[in-house]
Amino acid sequence: MQAFEYARPTTAEAAVALLGSQWGDSEVLAGGTDLVSLMKDYVVSPKRLVSLKDIKSLGGIEYKPKSGLRLGATVTFQELLDSPEIARNYPALVQAAQGVTSPQIRSRGTVGGDLCQRPRCWYFRLGYGLLAQSDGKPLVPDGDNRYHAILGNEGPAYFVNPSSLAPILIALGAKVRVQGQQGVREVSLHNFFITPKSAEEREYALQPNEMLTDILVPPPEGIHMALYEVRQKEALDWPLAAAAVAFKLSGGKVDDPRVVLGHVAPVPWPSLEAEHALEGNTVGEASADEAGKAAVSRATPLSKNAYKVKLAHVAVKRAILAAAKGGANA
Amino acid sequence: MANCKYDWPEAKDRKLIGKRISRIDGHEKASGRARYTFDMNPGNLLFGKILRSPYAHAKIKSVDTSEAEKLPGVVSVVVMKPVGKEPQPEIQWAGDEIAAVAATREEIAEDAIRKIKVEYDPLPFFVNEEDLSQAEGHTKPAVTEKKGDPEKAFQDPDVVTSEGYYGVPVITHCCLETHGHVVDWPDSKSLRVYASTQGVSAIGGQFADPLEIRADDVNIICNYVGGGFGSKFAVDTWGIAAAKLSKSAGGKPVKLLLERDHELLVAGARPSAFAKVRVAAKKDGTLVAWDSESWGTGGMGGSGVPPIPYPFHDKFPNFSRKHTFVSTNIGPSRAWRAPNHPQACLITMGAIDDLAAKLNMDPVELLMKNADLAPDPTLAKYYREELEVAAKLADWHKNWHPRPDKTAGTVKRGLGVSLHTWGGNPHAGNCAVSIHPDGSVEVKLGSQDLGTGTRTVIAIVVAETLGLPVDAVKVTIGDSKYPPDGPSGGSTTVGGVSGSTRRGAVNARDAFFAAIAPALGAKPEDLEAVDWHVRVKGNAAKTLTWKQACAKLGVKSIEATGAQKPRYTTEEQKTECVLNSGGVGGVQIADVSVDTETGIVRMNRMVAAQDCGLIIDLKTAESQVHGALIMGVCYALYEEKIMDRQTGRMLNPNMEFYKLAGIGDVGELVVHMMTGPGYDERGVIGLGEPPVISPGAAISNAVANAIGVRVPTLPLTPDKVLAAIEKGGMA
Repeated sequence: MQAFEYARPTTAEAAVALLGSQWGDSEVLAGGTDLVSLMKDYVVSPKRLVSLKDIKSLGGIEYKPKSGLRLGATVTFQELLDSPEIARNYPALVQAAQGVTSPQIRSRGTVGGDLCQRPRCWYFRLGYGLLAQSDGKPLVPDGDNRYHAILGNEGPAYFVNPSSLAPILIALGAKVRVQGQQGVREVSLHNFFITPKSAEEREYALQPNEMLTDILVPPPEGIHMALYEVRQKEALDWPLAAAAVAFKLSGGKVDDPRVVLGHVAPVPWPSLEAEHALEGNTVGEASADEAGKAAVSRATPLSKNAYKVKLAHVAVKRAILAAAKGGANA
Repeated sequence: MANCKYDWPEAKDRKLIGKRISRIDGHEKASGRARYTFDMNPGNLLFGKILRSPYAHAKIKSVDTSEAEKLPGVVSVVVMKPVGKEPQPEIQWAGDEIAAVAATREEIAEDAIRKIKVEYDPLPFFVNEEDLSQAEGHTKPAVTEKKGDPEKAFQDPDVVTSEGYYGVPVITHCCLETHGHVVDWPDSKSLRVYASTQGVSAIGGQFADPLEIRADDVNIICNYVGGGFGSKFAVDTWGIAAAKLSKSAGGKPVKLLLERDHELLVAGARPSAFAKVRVAAKKDGTLVAWDSESWGTGGMGGSGVPPIPYPFHDKFPNFSRKHTFVSTNIGPSRAWRAPNHPQACLITMGAIDDLAAKLNMDPVELLMKNADLAPDPTLAKYYREELEVAAKLADWHKNWHPRPDKTAGTVKRGLGVSLHTWGGNPHAGNCAVSIHPDGSVEVKLGSQDLGTGTRTVIAIVVAETLGLPVDAVKVTIGDSKYPPDGPSGGSTTVGGVSGSTRRGAVNARDAFFAAIAPALGAKPEDLEAVDWHVRVKGNAAKTLTWKQACAKLGVKSIEATGAQKPRYTTEEQKTECVLNSGGVGGVQIADVSVDTETGIVRMNRMVAAQDCGLIIDLKTAESQVHGALIMGVCYALYEEKIMDRQTGRMLNPNMEFYKLAGIGDVGELVVHMMTGPGYDERGVIGLGEPPVISPGAAISNAVANAIGVRVPTLPLTPDKVLAAIEKGGMA
């Protein structure tokens, strides 16, 4: 492991001042559950780690009925799970956090880290770069792509976004606050994720010297929400597909639905097709199934992952049914 | 032999044997105080790391270690391939060892191996064997066998034939404690090795030649092993490298245990097996004919041949089979808990289960009907009894249904059955038993406890023999300086150690009685040791506590030995006691739920009925079966060594995508050990392997019962389950 500087700034401004202007020079260290593994595997070899441990303003959970929820970037999964206000107002966020079935990761892993963690693509983790190439040839299309993307996979990126929280946060219309050299900006979480075109890019819309500081979630008034993850195991395991939904019901009919898929594309995948299919319908087995079918109508599975099309379809259906059953937040 | 002095006590006289007794090192392990090889951190420790080939097949033209040697903190470097000679050394799998480094810090050693320059000449490789048509040039005939006239039998108009494809991929051993050693040289001629090993007394000699030392100058120490499963009988190239690194570091200790990825790459693989099968029975279910064409890989070398049709083999009235070895550039295979049997079991029991479905027959009934095809009549009797017990425990007659589950809803339930056999004869071994004047008792042997309960079993045997409580016996194992005991493989340990320690304890007891009889005014043969006392039989007045009795020894301890011979001839069996044997049966039933929309299989319950002769400790025996069932769920549902055909590398050498069950994935485990008359008389028989043979078949059969169609190969992952359903499930 390359020797690195370890910095512990006390403010977000100081932290970004310590970040370099190129990806890879410095890395932000929060829970470290992903970064330390990447360093031990020599996938990243930063010269400097900027620890967020001493920046108090990055912690904390605040909920106000009028403005909604603020999650500090370094809030851990366990803190999220321990919050009665989140349990009461955002049950699907709790479902998302519960999907991480490792007490160790829940205790160390942060919500900001969940959004900024790197893809689990096994070619990437074996050292073939973010776009999984060998001598310029992409390895995923002809390789073992059983866990890769079925949507947004025209290349050169084929990995899936691994975030547990992003699908439901996007469905709820969350924004993130970003600290840069020049100050703070806000960006919708939907626009935070990008599909890189080169191995030197990252999977999120940050500059190398910017960092995520807060997650802002609008009030959940009247919203039915749910997350459904298809996971093969109860024990810690990545979902094979996931779907988050949020909608209102007006006179028994779905109003303004949001459907976001996870683990199926290089970014969390909002499905306009599913939303369109659901809008104005009553919720039932048939309409939920239609929406699921619509969600994957443009799927382009690779050689070994056609089964994920079915799983994503089912995840959408089950999330919709669960959301309707779960009731809305008053 | 009746009334032999070493015989196991009669059932009515057993105070400890056969009871449920907690393992004596349980607290040590649960509290973290037990020190495994991985926990050994002597002073001045150096850390060893190995550079491995990223290529699956290549020649090594040169290795330059000069940059690594210059790195501050690097103490020694060893090249592990004979570079610079003709022919150039050839790498046959990604992950093969090139060179090793020892450094003062772990991360320096990691950096150092990356500074070693290797010139490779990459060569073509082959890593995916399931599609045999792609394997041209990589195959070798292994077995062709025939009995009777299978073709004629298949053509009989009165038989029903089922055809199918079944298979099990390569999986790894994935020991929780990875392979490796902590090695130092107390002086220039002697080597001390803390090893994670299955053979404390056996492996020392493997260091002798490469290091030019005497085998008896190698001291192997291993108090606890974090899993071996058949993969830890060799000191391996990395053990030799660690010893060389230590030597060139002036004898300083070197710790070289494999990284997790290396553990999965090179430290053990179970061969794959795939088969196209035809099997036929009369309409009443009587099995008449078998034909199979199978293949599999164990890496570049061969692998064992699955003994199909299993376990009936040549008892099958008519059968033919052909097996082909496929050579692949993957890490070499090693014995994996019941070598070749789980593969054979899945192939045979899967095919027979499909035949039962075609016959509209209950598979338990079909197995019951054909139990006489078992290798011997005793086993046939056991199978019948175990089928009955297992069916009862699984509530088979209520819960089983013909394929598929026709109830409403997307989740379907199914039950499946399988049976198996294994040997489990004892290995040879020796022990020393001491009774000291202060009343303490110690038994020493160069054995190892793989987590199976070996320590506890030894304590029970000695305590039972001397009339003591279990915790009055100190068990000292895990060091090659003690009387040699066999390696733990083939389910041989419990027979071996119970045989030697029973003899050693009886010898110690007799010598003890001879020494103290005069003090009690009795003859030695009139004494007995019961309930922590020594007394004259039938004379309650003449009783001493154990401690008082031992005090009569004065200053001289009793030192006795005991041995279990590798085998006893028929002649010897007339005079020697036979305390153990081999040959067990077992029946398992899986109860699963399958989500037909996601293809996810959940375990409801696994039931195991298992015999293993006379059981020393019922609790650790049951625990052994629990472990096997869990391991079985893992390989049935999750495990697979995934090889990439483009890079020749393993894609999942980690615990993230090399999936194993967690506690929530295992379901309920119900274990019934067959004991009592008809079982106990056989003496002690090994148990480690048999219960891990059936789970794959039983679970696969249960899934077929739920969805109405076979998922051909393990693991039963969502993609394959959905594909099977699409192809015609739930018809």
